[in-house]
Amino acid sequence: MSLIHWAILSPFLMAVFVPFFRKYIHKIHTGWFVLLLPIFLFTYFLQFLNETMNGKTVIKTANWIPSIGVNFTAYIDGLGLLFALLITGIGALVVLYSIYYLSKVKESLHTFYVYLLCFMGAMLGVVLSDNIIVLYTFWELTSLSSFLLIGYWYTREKSRYGAQKSMLITVFGGLSMLAGFILLSIMTDTFSIREMIPQVSTLPDHPLFIPAMLLVLLGAFTKSAQFPFHIWLPDAMEAPTPVSAYLHSATMVKAGIYLVARLSPIFAGSSEWFWIISSFGLFTLFWGSFNAVKQTDLKAILAYSTISQLGMIMSLLGIGSAAIHFIDVPDNLYMAAIVAAVFHLINHATFKGSLFMVAGIVDHETGTRDIRKLGGLMSIMPITFTLAVIGTFSMAGIPPFNGFLSKEMFFTAMVNVTTLDIFNMETWGVLFPIIAWVGSVFTFVYSMILVFKTFTGKLQAEKLPKKPHEAPIGILIPPIILASLVIIFGFFANLLVPSIIKPAVASIMPRVVEGKMAAIEIEYWHGWNTELKMTLGVFALGALLFLTLAKWSKLYNVFSKRLTLNNLYDYVLLSIEKTASTLNRFYMTGVIRDYLVVIFSFFILALGSSLVIKDAFAIDLTHVAPIRLYEAVLSLVLVAGVVTILFAKSRLTAIIALGAVGYSVSLFFILFRAPDLALTQLVIETVSVALFLLCFYYLPELKKKEKKLRFKVTNLVISLGVGTIVTLIALSANSNRLFESISSYFIENSYKEAGGKNIVNVILVDFRGFDTLFEITVLGIAALGIFGMIRLRLSRGKGQ
Amino acid sequence: MKTNDLILQTVTKITVFIIFAYSLTLFFAGHNSPGGGFVGGLITSAGIVLLLLAFDLKTITTILPFDFKKVAALGLLFAAGTGIGSFLFGVPFLTHSFGHFDLPIFGETELATAVLFDTGVYLVVVGVTMTIIQTIGEDDD
Repeated sequence: MSLIHWAILSPFLMAVFVPFFRKYIHKIHTGWFVLLLPIFLFTYFLQFLNETMNGKTVIKTANWIPSIGVNFTAYIDGLGLLFALLITGIGALVVLYSIYYLSKVKESLHTFYVYLLCFMGAMLGVVLSDNIIVLYTFWELTSLSSFLLIGYWYTREKSRYGAQKSMLITVFGGLSMLAGFILLSIMTDTFSIREMIPQVSTLPDHPLFIPAMLLVLLGAFTKSAQFPFHIWLPDAMEAPTPVSAYLHSATMVKAGIYLVARLSPIFAGSSEWFWIISSFGLFTLFWGSFNAVKQTDLKAILAYSTISQLGMIMSLLGIGSAAIHFIDVPDNLYMAAIVAAVFHLINHATFKGSLFMVAGIVDHETGTRDIRKLGGLMSIMPITFTLAVIGTFSMAGIPPFNGFLSKEMFFTAMVNVTTLDIFNMETWGVLFPIIAWVGSVFTFVYSMILVFKTFTGKLQAEKLPKKPHEAPIGILIPPIILASLVIIFGFFANLLVPSIIKPAVASIMPRVVEGKMAAIEIEYWHGWNTELKMTLGVFALGALLFLTLAKWSKLYNVFSKRLTLNNLYDYVLLSIEKTASTLNRFYMTGVIRDYLVVIFSFFILALGSSLVIKDAFAIDLTHVAPIRLYEAVLSLVLVAGVVTILFAKSRLTAIIALGAVGYSVSLFFILFRAPDLALTQLVIETVSVALFLLCFYYLPELKKKEKKLRFKVTNLVISLGVGTIVTLIALSANSNRLFESISSYFIENSYKEAGGKNIVNVILVDFRGFDTLFEITVLGIAALGIFGMIRLRLSRGKGQ
Repeated sequence: MKTNDLILQTVTKITVFIIFAYSLTLFFAGHNSPGGGFVGGLITSAGIVLLLLAFDLKTITTILPFDFKKVAALGLLFAAGTGIGSFLFGVPFLTHSFGHFDLPIFGETELATAVLFDTGVYLVVVGVTMTIIQTIGEDDD
């Protein structure tokens, strides 16, 4: 355990103490204590910038389960550090924000901070683990803590629904990811990502390569809300706003992005990887922004916007994966896509975090998040308005902010990808920039809706639950910090390049980057080119669409409201439940006869089919003894007894016939020279017939009406089947004797070794006395059971 | 109508000893000829059941003042004890031995530890059957 391990685990340790702060220190908001940890961790992780800037990495291993190669290996490289800084940095801001957002009195703060800290630790574990099993462990912990955070207001129906939905979808993805990881480890014989990367040249030919990739991507796509798994994210907006800001914009949803980036060195280069990621990413970008426009809730707009932006980053990673085919080209165009992805990742975390906080502030100060009720808040909440403008303009890609830069780089990548001459790009490649452009137009539209519908226009004071006023300064500080980062990164983007972006890109594309780090830079002005024209087109069409929104927004009604993925999800969930319960009711009838039908049918099918398949049926009459007259007569008596039982009209007849069968069996024992068995059988048969009579005598009056057994075809078929199968097996077994019996040993040794001439008795008490010991135990248990059942009637004791 | 079971009771008084003797014979003969603890036990219980039929439960519990559950437990203890006893001689569980001894009255007699085990079986069978029959017989519902 090194210091890094303690740093990763420290949120969990802190979580243990949070309830004590809450319980014993009432005057101070619990969040203040929690706040110290992310700040400390942020500064701690900042120190590693020195290492990663010089292209170094830090690896520390702590043994967990060394025998199977599962060790907690902390690995800090550019990519991991970038995420660690995002997690701790935004984590600190979110904690600060939550101190003002959540009431000290009304809310159960300790659960909130415990969940939040667990989430933070889990997230740090995800991004800093080298071992995929450990990564998976932390991955599921993020799902769990996110589930808890979404359901924080658990008395609300919608919170529970959203929490369950996100849980089901992300855990579904997580489990397939685990399967993918296992396939990966089968291919490479290691759980360590670093040890997998050197084997990358042989991997694509492995038959498990594609299944592993698909399964891992399923995990990444569900976590990062890619189409069609994005549906959980809008419902997760039922969480408190700090949670939405932290989990559902800046960190957890980027875990999928992280996974794709982290495994790029292994999978990038194959056409499947390129196509799946870039096409799903692009479609998610379009679908998210298209759907964001029709939302009326601020957080819902932001949720769809997050989906869209995540799709954009994903598609950039997909396109960037093509870079691996141009290692030797000095000016690698596709490398720029990776740079854009990393840069936009940072940008998105800054502006989306601040926008969620702004939405939370608006909600807090006006009492609603519905944009149909909001409006005219500009003069009342000037600071919030400024923050919102900075965030949304950056999101829309308007010049002075960092969103503009990454949007330009995104377009560059999309334009460049049309020139790609591998993966059959010449056929469909031209669609890439078109979809990207259309998506960006919608992005522009919803960004404008977000800021102008909320803050301009007429104040509808009568519709607002509260009288709006500017928020206190404390709650404004975190979004102010994030918004100033938006501006700083916008003007001085190259600050980030050597310190964070280059090391991160180096970890995503280690083979391409070697020695070419200097080539990466972000230009603010890159000439009068296609990308800039595209951007101007976005502004023009976006503005036009925004202004004419009322006219074309009916477009959304074209699609039936029922034909949505949410309804599909609900329908699938409901029909799974229905089908399962129907299925259950179908065979779990509660009637013992039905279960016996199942058991016996299985018996017939399993044994019958194995008799047929193995061709095991045989009749060999060579060892069969001749049938004597006594045996024939006695068999007839036995059969007569059995038939009488079956067709007897009264129970008494059946019991007596059963007794007859028992006595004829004991006669058989005599015929076949088994005196001990005959003796025992006689006595036991007498006792059991007496017990049957006793039962018969005490049958309740009501049901005493004697009925003939009803005839049922199923019963006949099954009983005939069982009888046939057993007979066939007995005949075959008798005909296929493979070994001599061991009984000769008992015959020879019973007197010599055990001093007894009655071989049966010697076997029972001496050779195999162990069985007898437990058979008499069974008898004892039966006696005690009967005693207990008859004597201990608890209901009688209660006077019922 | 008051019934008189005189014949039944008198016959029982004589027969029951024959039954007991027969059951003991079966029990002791078990090692060398048909019989053994199980059948012996069953027939002993049959004798007691005959007593129960001829007399009533209360009489039988006074002349045979055993708690048959304890009899069964004692039998289990016997059987298990025989097994454990073999540890004293450093041999595996339930290893039996036998030998021929010259006893005062019986003369040359074969004694086997297996008989001890069979005694356990005998006691359990008697205990179990009598517990079951007594319990059901006493039940008045």
